[in-house]
Amino acid sequence: MMKKMNHNQDRCDFCGVCVGVCPHDAIELREAELIIIDDRCTRCGQCVQACPIHALEVNDEAGL
Amino acid sequence: MKPDYDVIVVGGGPAGSTAARFAAGRGASVALFEKDREIGVPVRCAEGVSHAGLAAVVETIPPRWIAQKITGAVLHAPSGAEVPLFTDQTGYILHRKIFDYDLAQMAAAAGVAIFTRANVSGLIMEGGCAAGVEVDHLGRRRRISARVVIAADGVESRVARWAGLSTRTALNDMESCAQVTIGDYKGDPEMLHFFFARSMAPGGYLWIFPKGSGMANIGIGIAAGSAGGESPHNYLEAFLDRFFHGAPILGRVCGGVPCSNTLKEIVTDGLMVTGDAAHQANPLTGGGITLGMMAGRIAGETAAEAVAAGRCDRGQLRRYSRLWLEGEGGKQAQFYRLRKFVFSLDDEDYDALAGSVLRIPAEKRTILSILKSALLRKPSLLLDAVKLFT
Repeated sequence: MMKKMNHNQDRCDFCGVCVGVCPHDAIELREAELIIIDDRCTRCGQCVQACPIHALEVNDEAGL
Repeated sequence: MKPDYDVIVVGGGPAGSTAARFAAGRGASVALFEKDREIGVPVRCAEGVSHAGLAAVVETIPPRWIAQKITGAVLHAPSGAEVPLFTDQTGYILHRKIFDYDLAQMAAAAGVAIFTRANVSGLIMEGGCAAGVEVDHLGRRRRISARVVIAADGVESRVARWAGLSTRTALNDMESCAQVTIGDYKGDPEMLHFFFARSMAPGGYLWIFPKGSGMANIGIGIAAGSAGGESPHNYLEAFLDRFFHGAPILGRVCGGVPCSNTLKEIVTDGLMVTGDAAHQANPLTGGGITLGMMAGRIAGETAAEAVAAGRCDRGQLRRYSRLWLEGEGGKQAQFYRLRKFVFSLDDEDYDALAGSVLRIPAEKRTILSILKSALLRKPSLLLDAVKLFT
């Protein structure tokens, strides 16, 4: 079962730390929008560890 | 076919604006793309610079840039012991918003075309050479061609990755940061404060940088991944609760600083990387404003020279990496080794160190003398410290 990336728009400060540590170039940051490029993301969780404010999580995907 | 511009700069921070200004100053046509709607905003920075560092990259320092003059610092050990440090080196806390605006305006005055809300979403490659960017500007995607692209796109850099350079920051080299600006700050406005404790800021430190008018930037950086799931935000909340309970919080921001050595390759065909994107901040302190400007200047001048020479391959652009390494960039490896050492200490080490440093008379207490005391246990780094701080 592929895990799912969760991004909390309301906590996120759009600072780009997650983009900087992503080994797979799988995150795109716009001014106030964060896009996880699903087919590149391996759910390695490094962005989750680096986020200054817990705006990212790797979760089990419900119902699949 | 003639490209749209000689040089495209991606990112309107201090490194990007400076690169753009110096490229235009040497005759290149230059466009600068900033993804956010406004230059200099949000300010993801503690805003501290040394006078010497700033004076090395600008001809004059207008008073409107300066929020607060700094004359000393206090280092705090985990036990609560305080080590005052006075230096003859003046520092400043900047108004980064005004500062960044002015740097962009200086670039514009040199002829740079500045575009905000211009998100670069792709790199155009021709025959293996960077040849322009795809940019979303005000809802329209356009392809803009250029002879040289300068990636000054910060900690979130992707542009250089698209040209095949590895700009990724290893988890432990990323200082993950959170900061608030508080009002009602009652401390000495000319003194910085640094708190070193693994229990309060693992792999980094907490800072208090007074901003004048009763305000202060209070923030924290921790080595990403070192805190076992705790975020810098949570550590900062605990610190504020303990020392600034009830203080009004006027601003809140997150950010990060790549604190490694400079990237192995900051140049490829048709492209240079500069500033935080190139990991050019000081890996020990995380300070990157003036270093980014220094590097940006070299990159901008190199771009203009390459355009004039009609050659934008990596061999031509290597002037930039060579001059960076001959100057400030040459110190990065030593600062990185010191970073590794300083943040490997545990709380008992910091307390013991504070004890021995307090026995040094205040007037002789310099950063070098402190490092010398610390490095008694790691003499192999003494030479690095002496080179960097004398």
